[in-house]
Amino acid sequence: MAAGPRGKQTLTGWAMASPAFLLMLLFLITPFFLAFGLSLTNQRLISPNPAEYVGARNFENLLGLSFFVLEPERDEAGEVIRDDDGAPEYPRLRTFTRNNPDYPHLDGMREWMSIGWTDDSRLVLLASDVVFMKALTNTILFVIVVAPMQAGIALLLALLINQKLRGITVFRVIYFMPVVVSIVVVAFLWRFIYDGQNGLLNSMLGFLSFGVFQPVDWLGNPNTALASIMAMSIWQGVGFHMIIWLAGLQTIPVSLYEAADIEGANRWQKFRYITWPGLRNTAVLVLVIITMQCFALFPQVDVMTRGGPLDSTQTMVFQAVQRGYERQDIAGGSAISVLLFVFVLAISLTQRWLTRDKD
Amino acid sequence: MTLNGALKTTLSVLALSAVGVAAQAQTPLSLWYHGAGNPVERDVLIGLIEDFNTSQSDWVIELAEFPQASYNESVVAAGLAGNLPDIVDVDGPIMPNWAWAGYLQPLDLPDGTTDGFLPGTLGYWNGELYTVGLWDAAVAVLARRSVLDEHGIRIPTLDEPWDLEEFDAALTTLQASGDFDYPFDVGMAWTGEWYPYAFGPFLQSFGGDILDASVPTAEGVLNGDAGLDFGDWWQSLFDRDMVPGVSQDAADRETGFVDGNYAMQWNGNWAVLSALETFGDDLLILPAPDFGNGPTIGAASWQFGVSSTTEHADGANQFIEFMLQDEYLAAFSDALGLIPATASAAAISEYYSEGGPLEVFYGLSEAQARLRAVTPGYLVAALEFEKAMSDIASGADVADTLDAATDAINDDLERNNGYQ
Repeated sequence: MAAGPRGKQTLTGWAMASPAFLLMLLFLITPFFLAFGLSLTNQRLISPNPAEYVGARNFENLLGLSFFVLEPERDEAGEVIRDDDGAPEYPRLRTFTRNNPDYPHLDGMREWMSIGWTDDSRLVLLASDVVFMKALTNTILFVIVVAPMQAGIALLLALLINQKLRGITVFRVIYFMPVVVSIVVVAFLWRFIYDGQNGLLNSMLGFLSFGVFQPVDWLGNPNTALASIMAMSIWQGVGFHMIIWLAGLQTIPVSLYEAADIEGANRWQKFRYITWPGLRNTAVLVLVIITMQCFALFPQVDVMTRGGPLDSTQTMVFQAVQRGYERQDIAGGSAISVLLFVFVLAISLTQRWLTRDKD
Repeated sequence: MTLNGALKTTLSVLALSAVGVAAQAQTPLSLWYHGAGNPVERDVLIGLIEDFNTSQSDWVIELAEFPQASYNESVVAAGLAGNLPDIVDVDGPIMPNWAWAGYLQPLDLPDGTTDGFLPGTLGYWNGELYTVGLWDAAVAVLARRSVLDEHGIRIPTLDEPWDLEEFDAALTTLQASGDFDYPFDVGMAWTGEWYPYAFGPFLQSFGGDILDASVPTAEGVLNGDAGLDFGDWWQSLFDRDMVPGVSQDAADRETGFVDGNYAMQWNGNWAVLSALETFGDDLLILPAPDFGNGPTIGAASWQFGVSSTTEHADGANQFIEFMLQDEYLAAFSDALGLIPATASAAAISEYYSEGGPLEVFYGLSEAQARLRAVTPGYLVAALEFEKAMSDIASGADVADTLDAATDAINDDLERNNGYQ
């Protein structure tokens, strides 16, 4: 009797949940641990050779950094050799980083960035995997720019369409439409918009400025490529988050606004003291979702730029796929995935902590 | 295109399996092909398959077509899952990678089947014939006689191709004329295998290569002096606005030469038919320039092989032998403008017969074609080379970029024990 209906219920519960558990185990949890395991080996996508355990080598190859002070060339008198403009001339870095027995720790590293140091020398930051470093910084930049912009614009749109006006549904549909279209299709279409010669954007800017505007090769220029992808991504995703904000807005009781009206509160006060506190949980949700989506940036890059020009649009997920699948280096791709997981987890936890209920 | 391709694949599988049901004694053999989305190509292949299916009573071929862009990934995924088809279609330079990985088995064709085939159509690795192609492809400089004559540019021949200076002078003259958006087009819009296939030979002609397959290493080969000279010249093409850059639109690539926006174009024989229709006798198909180490173009196109996991290697070999008849070599050539693999097939083809409009390509292929590095490491090396070409075109430092590509290629070789 003790193990009676209650125990039976628990058993039934587990039985009913088991298909879902099994699928999650198979398709979410197992691959997750597989990626961890593979990142410590030299596993290839296809190879007749067995995989070997290599420890943290994949991570060292990705994250290796080093500093180097580059001295300018000097003539026999010890004077710095200068070119016609008076700028000092430097030896090629490759003379230090390639097969130079005096600098074994720099072997195979490449310049990531450099700044002026003392007396004409330059401090060079070397990375063993410059492409990955660029992918990492681009991804972080993308998150920093897109997350607040997308969330902010989505909130603005949600506030605008959260009104009882005739035909407001039409606007809701219009704003939501880009979300329904596949991101791959959207990316293809925007490639035409951004076309360097006769794209829609160039034509429009030329028309509006009466021909003063010079066409820009938006996706072919390292300075504009990432920004172009950001703008397109914000436009595409904003409708989805608008719907979440809208759902949040509609949970706020109308009576609060009525009371505020009686008290004589203005619009800003109503937003500041009723709407915003009421959207607290929604805000956390929206931010976490956008951050995770931004870290997973891939299809836009794959379709529009494939990481170029000059690695200006490399991203972590794009690199993971490139290495794991195209270059058949599953271990390297897994290592990037593991790093990505660590970053996303750290940032999500920080966000959660920053937006925690302080009461 | 992908959706379209998937639909067609489904339909063709359905159609052909219907044939299979009708003739019950026949054992099905699966064939995967990269050309989904091209109805002309499909008609020729389907015709060939139907001929084979009715010509004997043991086997029936079931065709599945894939879009070219995702074909290699599909085969690799199938190989990992143990679901390889019986007969695979494989791009020539990728073949050693798949043979090394154990996806392919050597062909078992009767002696003399491939006698007289162009060397680029025969896929040898480790001394064994793994794949054979019905056609080869060749790349040439497309130009117009009227344009070259007008600007006083010498028309090069196979015996006396342009050298670096003459070619560069021709580009400068054409650019100065102001008649064109660009004097030349190398096809930066065609990302992927086009880069190593079309631009690797420039590097070879300078005296370098993507990698030396005999060691194997890329050090001193890709980033040696010849490589650096090539890289500087390559970058100068873009710096001087001689050719459209990496963001070239695919549509401009297709129509730029025919529309007269590009004075000359580096293009493959498969894309010549539309230019031929537009310009007729005015069209010139010119050999690759000689940059110092002899003029070269890439050899080897798509070929057919037998998968290692098939239970019916005899049937698969029988089908491949059947495909290699002159009749079908000529049929593919007539439909797609490809170079027939044998001289006898060329003789009965529309474009490559004596006096045919594309006959010159047969000569180019014989005289200039050079195989891409035959090693399983080619796959990664080609991707690194593609990235380097694209980066240098966008203004990256030549030596640093080639060094980085060299290191990446050598890392890959090292991780795989040199693919021995």
